[in-house]
Amino acid sequence: MSDNLVEIKGLHFAYNSRPVLKGIDLTARRGQVVAIMGNSGCGKTTLFRLISGTVRPTSGLLSVDGLDVGALDQRGLYQLRRRMGMLFQFGALFTDMSVFDNVAFQLREHTDLPEEMIRDLVLAKLNAVGLRGAHDLMPSELSGGMARRVALARAVALDPMLILYDEPFAGLDPISLGVIGNLIRRLTDTLGLTSIVVTHDIQESLRMVDYVYFISEGMVEAHGTPAEIKASGLPFVHQFVHGEEDGPVPFHYPADPYAADLGLSYA
Amino acid sequence: MGVATRFFLLTMLHSGICLRRPQLVIKEVYSAGVLSLIIIIVSGLFVGMVLGLQGYDTLQTYGSEEAVGVLVALSLVRELGPVVAALLFASRAGSAITAEIGLMKATEQIAAMEMMAVDPIARVVAPRFWGAAISMPLLAALFSAMGIFGGYLVAVSVIGVDEGAFWSQMQSAVDLKDDILNGVIKSLVFGAAVTVVALFEGYDAPPTAEGVSRATTRTVVTSSLAILGLDFVLTAFMFRGL
Repeated sequence: MSDNLVEIKGLHFAYNSRPVLKGIDLTARRGQVVAIMGNSGCGKTTLFRLISGTVRPTSGLLSVDGLDVGALDQRGLYQLRRRMGMLFQFGALFTDMSVFDNVAFQLREHTDLPEEMIRDLVLAKLNAVGLRGAHDLMPSELSGGMARRVALARAVALDPMLILYDEPFAGLDPISLGVIGNLIRRLTDTLGLTSIVVTHDIQESLRMVDYVYFISEGMVEAHGTPAEIKASGLPFVHQFVHGEEDGPVPFHYPADPYAADLGLSYA
Repeated sequence: MGVATRFFLLTMLHSGICLRRPQLVIKEVYSAGVLSLIIIIVSGLFVGMVLGLQGYDTLQTYGSEEAVGVLVALSLVRELGPVVAALLFASRAGSAITAEIGLMKATEQIAAMEMMAVDPIARVVAPRFWGAAISMPLLAALFSAMGIFGGYLVAVSVIGVDEGAFWSQMQSAVDLKDDILNGVIKSLVFGAAVTVVALFEGYDAPPTAEGVSRATTRTVVTSSLAILGLDFVLTAFMFRGL
């Protein structure tokens, strides 16, 4: 068994003829928390869609646990996804089900476990995210942070080997943000998972991840451990880590000279 | 049209779950059927009462006011029951189905289901199709029954038409096969049409507030036109033998 759970080599992807990913190389080792960062529209979410098999690569290799994801048929993809979890940006909880039923959903769909055992498992998962007492609530009764914790409990319900987190810190207050960050780290370590986190939150990520990839315009711009990233002198990484408004990622969208747009003849 | 047909065929192919887990269908019968009861009962009652008034007014011109029961019953069982109940069903349950599935898509619940290796066509679409398709003929039957009761209230209790004539003429004129069965077939077809339109529009809706809003409107407009068009075709075949 390879030490690398996710391996991506020379990955290209285009929507129609518009290239989105232009030769990505990325590896996630088993037991690691890997962060994927980059400015909006750089291709991070597309990369997630490729890893989960929602879309197929134009060229290049993308393997998860040794399986070529791009070559899997629907049945193969579904079998792979049973061993993967995904935390959506705003939780994507089923709004017509209680917290308990949301977490029990996969257990009921994919196993023949008796209801008593499902109850024990669901309460254990909810206890791990601190929400055992909320099992009777409906999603509409939860705060944003709580919804994300329930979604996390649901994502680990079948003890997956890999969890993908799509911007798990977006819109959270500092306390909830810290709670989610700690939970991602703790669940990865205690359950022996591998986690890939797409995020913009540089400070929280550098605190809790093992490895970071920076993507810009469909290519890996930089990668390294949090310590290496902090010490990096690369202009793109420096701009991103320090939140500078101008740099390799320009403030202005490409345009004609301002004076020309204003019709000033001396321009 | 081709995409919608493929969607319908996929729904049929993935309907096995409805037999294995009938509780999923029962839940949808509640959402589409039970929650539509009030509008169906009240509308049926008023339509029957209006038919009683209008029918009596016209029939007394020819001295046939005791045939008002026949007029009310045939109008409802053959046409108004299936058609008006289906139009109400499209407005109440069809729009709700579209909005629900469209919002599930917009809030990534459908995507989450796919990521959990659960096919949304089987888990979300098929139970809703069968739940609504089962509910529709029952609602149409209830609409007709309430309409006949409304006609009875007006014609017999208020106007004073002979009760025996009202019921006995209705009994002898309404045929089980030609009238009631054909009405049931119509309501089955309308129910299936409304539900497929509602499900497809919801599933195909752009995942935005505007997209869901437009899809919901399209469901009501498209399914209403489909009901009226199908009614003409079915009536031509059933009652004119074309």
